[in-house]
Amino acid sequence: MNKLIISPSPHVHGEFSTKRLMRDVVIALLPALLVSFYFFGFGAVKVVGLSVISCVVFEFLIQKFLLKTAPSINDLSAVVTGLILSLNLPSNLPWWIVIIGSLIAIGVGKMVFGGLGNNPFNPALVGRVFLLIARPVEMTTWPLPLTAVTPDATTGATPLAIIKEGLKNGLTIDQIKESSDYTFSYLDTLFGQIGGSLGEVSAVALLLGFAYLLVRKVITWHIPVSIFAAVIVFSGILHFANPDRFIDPLFHLLTGGMILGAVYMATDYVTSPMTLKGMMVYGTGIGLLTILIRTFGSYPEGISFAILFMNAIVPLINKYMKPKLFGEVK
Amino acid sequence: MIKTFNRGGVHPPENKISRNAALEQLVPEGIIRIFISQHIGAPAECIVAKGDKVKTGQLIAKANGFVSANVHSSVSGTVLGIENIADYQGIKKPAVCIQVEGDEWEESIDRSAEINRDLSKTSEEILAKITEAGLVGLGGATFPTHVKLAVPKGKTAKAIIINGAECEPYLTSDHRVMLERGEELLIGVQLLKKAVNVDKAYIGIETNKQDAIDSLKKTAVNYSGIEIVSLEPKYPQGGEKQLIKSITGIEVPDRALPIETGCIVSNICTTLAVYEAVQKNKPLFENSITVTGKNLKIQKNFIVRVGTPLSQLIKAIGGIPENTGKIISGGPMMGRAVSNLEAPTMKGSGAVLFITDDEAKRGTKSNCIRCSKCVAACPMRLQPFLLYKLAERNMLEELKEISVHACIECGCCLYTCPANLPLVDYIRLGKTRAMKLIVKPK
Ligand code: SF4
Ligand code: SF4
Repeated sequence: MNKLIISPSPHVHGEFSTKRLMRDVVIALLPALLVSFYFFGFGAVKVVGLSVISCVVFEFLIQKFLLKTAPSINDLSAVVTGLILSLNLPSNLPWWIVIIGSLIAIGVGKMVFGGLGNNPFNPALVGRVFLLIARPVEMTTWPLPLTAVTPDATTGATPLAIIKEGLKNGLTIDQIKESSDYTFSYLDTLFGQIGGSLGEVSAVALLLGFAYLLVRKVITWHIPVSIFAAVIVFSGILHFANPDRFIDPLFHLLTGGMILGAVYMATDYVTSPMTLKGMMVYGTGIGLLTILIRTFGSYPEGISFAILFMNAIVPLINKYMKPKLFGEVK
Repeated sequence: MIKTFNRGGVHPPENKISRNAALEQLVPEGIIRIFISQHIGAPAECIVAKGDKVKTGQLIAKANGFVSANVHSSVSGTVLGIENIADYQGIKKPAVCIQVEGDEWEESIDRSAEINRDLSKTSEEILAKITEAGLVGLGGATFPTHVKLAVPKGKTAKAIIINGAECEPYLTSDHRVMLERGEELLIGVQLLKKAVNVDKAYIGIETNKQDAIDSLKKTAVNYSGIEIVSLEPKYPQGGEKQLIKSITGIEVPDRALPIETGCIVSNICTTLAVYEAVQKNKPLFENSITVTGKNLKIQKNFIVRVGTPLSQLIKAIGGIPENTGKIISGGPMMGRAVSNLEAPTMKGSGAVLFITDDEAKRGTKSNCIRCSKCVAACPMRLQPFLLYKLAERNMLEELKEISVHACIECGCCLYTCPANLPLVDYIRLGKTRAMKLIVKPK
């Protein structure tokens, strides 16, 4: 007989592992990826592939040669970063910009801080925001989906950008919606018939992935739902106060990467709070900030900045939102 | 309505593969070694010497003070001597060694199978019998039962809670006792109620033992003031604090004893032992032990005499199977790994579990990904990831600040951690160190 192992309890381990969790995130993103391939064609495949491969390669190289630690690309977290970054990009982005984005995401977003678990900001968002600032033109030229009406790839603005532009020109929401630029219906945003980054186009595909993440217990509902709730309440109040100036909550929910951000980026383990209470505070903050930026800021979209900002105050949230001890006596 | 505690806890695969194995007496043979101290508190005082003849159930070591318990012989035979014997973990302790000769019981013990339903004894009489019989908590803590039933001045007992949760995976001996000795168990509950003068008792049972719930409910009709409560299967529901919370909704205040809530918790096997001690005059010298494992061909629920060498139990199930990685005394979540197969069983021994190589391996640890799963799993609502970090760095003051004392070492955090961090290992260490500081400030 072989030697008996003597070690402390517990003697069994649950089903979770970092790799399994990351794999589940990849699976949850598949519907959205497929929709983006369908609508944006080969361009989308190229951006996704390039982003994932370069994230993994950069992680490997940095760990092996710069940090001289055992590479941990097996945990699939670099794949997730690559996927999420690519879903934030337009499908016609030049290849070298994608690679730079990946380098920033992995290098600056993650490895500078000591790798997975130590980074204060969501790496994919760091990459995205860097590109948005460094290459604003390429980053906001959104190809429209290839449809029967426009079989050739064309580019155009996102619904949010059109609204923003129209408001700036003194039009009311209703006037903008009637104008020729604005050709979307809510149904389009549900299934992906709108201009935008790879991953922000199909609400249904993203929500399918959300359901999967919940079933597999990868995340809990607290962050996404509190973001959605804050968005609905806040933009709802604005809309009812002045429907000419402020668009309705449903529009906010379905556009501008709101679902992608709330479900897949705000819930990043490392950069979100540790307690359920904290998660709800964090989610509410993201929702409010997003609407603030969208309605009053200069960028049409706001969730990336909102998440990064809330990432920064997560340590504070963790400090004040401790779980209440069992049987706590004051 | 199915109840449970509200936050934390995990639900590992139940693996109750021995659930259908009826209780079965394991006949003692060879040499039996009975530890003089089988309880928390002062060791008992040995009153037999080499060469003495003893009978089954005869007192061999007397309680030494109030927080102590009598120890009785579990067999009949000749005392070979008092020796230092290694326990499951290899730690040597004095034990009375007895050569088994037949099985002659003390005459005072009622060995008939007839159920004694007489409930006329007074509280004092019941407590005296329990003390005499050397009863200790059989859930693992082995705290002397008569001490537990002594309600401190200024506190009042309101209800007895019987722990039929058996929330650890694999274990089934409580389940079998509830099924096979149901009525005796309920009489035991009535005796406990009388002993502490309360008129309400709850038996909490997880719904994965629906047959036990049904049969006890049926029998309980004849006994007033006993409520069978269905509990949602969740570990560590059998923990005293969690069980009280599940059943009454009240949380035991931090740093206080359960009696603060008016509840006294007793284990299934202890309650049966109360029945046997009071109604049958039978001291505690045997207990039910589940012998189980995925790689075992036969699964057993044995009634084992205290002091039986582990090797005898292993022999009874056909030896250690090939791919055994670990042998555990107790359940997989809180049991202890066994290193000495010749060690004798004790009053509190509840199970012998064979864990396969695959099950026993812990994954390699990686960075904490701050997934907060450990926080969500902690039934005491601590922050295991933080406790771990502080314990690793031996930061004792900070550990105390975030309530390391409240950790019940249930292992839920480690069980759930995707990064395979040895959370509870370090927290346990940090807790022991930090708590010592509290006792002996520099
Ligand atoms: S479960 Fe493990 S990886 Fe997750 S936060 Fe806790 S310690 Fe970190
Ligand atoms: S072992 Fe301690 S810290 Fe870990 S889950 Fe249990 S009570 Fe919480």
